[in-house]
Amino acid sequence: MSAHADVVDISDLPRDELEGVFRVADRIENREIDLSHSLEGKVMALAFFEPSTRTRLSFESAMCRLGGKSITFLESVMTSAAKGENFADTVRMLDYYSDVIVIRHSVEGASRFAAEVCSSPIINAGEGMTYHPTQTMIDLYEVQKCLGRVDGLKYAIVGDLRHARVTSSLIRGLMMFRPDMLYLVSPERLRVPEETRRSLSAAKVRFEERTSLTEILGSVDIVYVTRIQKERFGDALEYERVRGSYSFGEDDVKRMKRESIVLHALPRVDELSPAVDKYPQAKYFEQARRGVFVRMALLHRMLSGER
Amino acid sequence: MTEENLRVAKIKNGTVIDHIRAGRALQVLRILGIRGDEGNTMAVLMNVPSHKLGKKDLVKIEDKTVQASQAQLISLVAPEASLNIISNYEVREKYKPQPPHIVEGLVRCPNSRCISNKPEEPIVPKLSVESQDPVMLRCVYCRAVLSGDEISTHLVE
Repeated sequence: MSAHADVVDISDLPRDELEGVFRVADRIENREIDLSHSLEGKVMALAFFEPSTRTRLSFESAMCRLGGKSITFLESVMTSAAKGENFADTVRMLDYYSDVIVIRHSVEGASRFAAEVCSSPIINAGEGMTYHPTQTMIDLYEVQKCLGRVDGLKYAIVGDLRHARVTSSLIRGLMMFRPDMLYLVSPERLRVPEETRRSLSAAKVRFEERTSLTEILGSVDIVYVTRIQKERFGDALEYERVRGSYSFGEDDVKRMKRESIVLHALPRVDELSPAVDKYPQAKYFEQARRGVFVRMALLHRMLSGER
Repeated sequence: MTEENLRVAKIKNGTVIDHIRAGRALQVLRILGIRGDEGNTMAVLMNVPSHKLGKKDLVKIEDKTVQASQAQLISLVAPEASLNIISNYEVREKYKPQPPHIVEGLVRCPNSRCISNKPEEPIVPKLSVESQDPVMLRCVYCRAVLSGDEISTHLVE
């Protein structure tokens, strides 16, 4: 990764760069390197124009553990954005105050625009229905850690594939690898957009769309569950039509292979039963824990100049 | 009707856009910003026989020059089109416009939630040309896609 490269989309990092981040994350996790002073004197600006708990805290924790500091801008309440300041002016100001800007926004394209306006590197921490590159890094790292590889596996991505940015980003991330099979499992109304089908075909990724997991549970290596993105529905009635239309429970996990895994970016609502938590396949809390190592590795590589 | 007996009066000065894919002439006119009330003498032929394309459209406009940016967009909606600059009844220049890699400031992103559609931001819409046949543009900011047929309805005013 060249110093100061922006991370707006998962495809901004070629596969070897991603694997480089995973290697550093792995060494951090195994306590093989001490990076506690790596970013001393550096300031990270967290510009969160949309609510978030775990992503923001995970970035803050990562920066603290690297010896850096963070400043935070939360939503538009009590800030200049609430007074009508445009986004460009807000991020320009943050550019002067910090060495890296982490942005979450509901407006699509905000991070790419910020990357044009600012000289500090930009990290997209989730945007609209398309981008969430650091979550995808965490997802792929978890797969790598649990199953020893990302290639050659059978993935079932389950849920609101029409609106969820974590799945949109994960699917693009998997296009850089060679999954054996990608099952896209969703209710009819929440299928992936046509554009995703086109891209998968162009990338020669084997995929299949399904409305039920039943027949494939025994063969998949990864089940990735995502919640219905209530906040992305323009129409409350439309949301009511799909609410509760799928859920992954104890009966499902029991049918999976012993060595397979269940992932979720969290938070969950009713699509993933807490009864699954006690099974060895449930890796979503571990996935969140490892998120800090991945974000540490990314920040370290972006800002320290070291590989 | 054959191509040979396809006769429309020559124009003295202006532009002839030939070999427009059949049915696309109205999109070309939209790209040129022609509404019909400009007063220029103009001929629009549609679905006429063509040796090269089978059927084609053709546009002749008196006293009109086509800007380079307009020519780029024409190349996207009518990939085979050729532009003839006419001066005193003679073809002074003839060229085939080339498609750009990036369409900047000419076409709006189709995604209303995209930052490039926010009037309060100092931003110019940018779409990359992802494929030429069929034409597909992708917003550099939000990744939304726009097909070639949608270009003429998403022109920046």
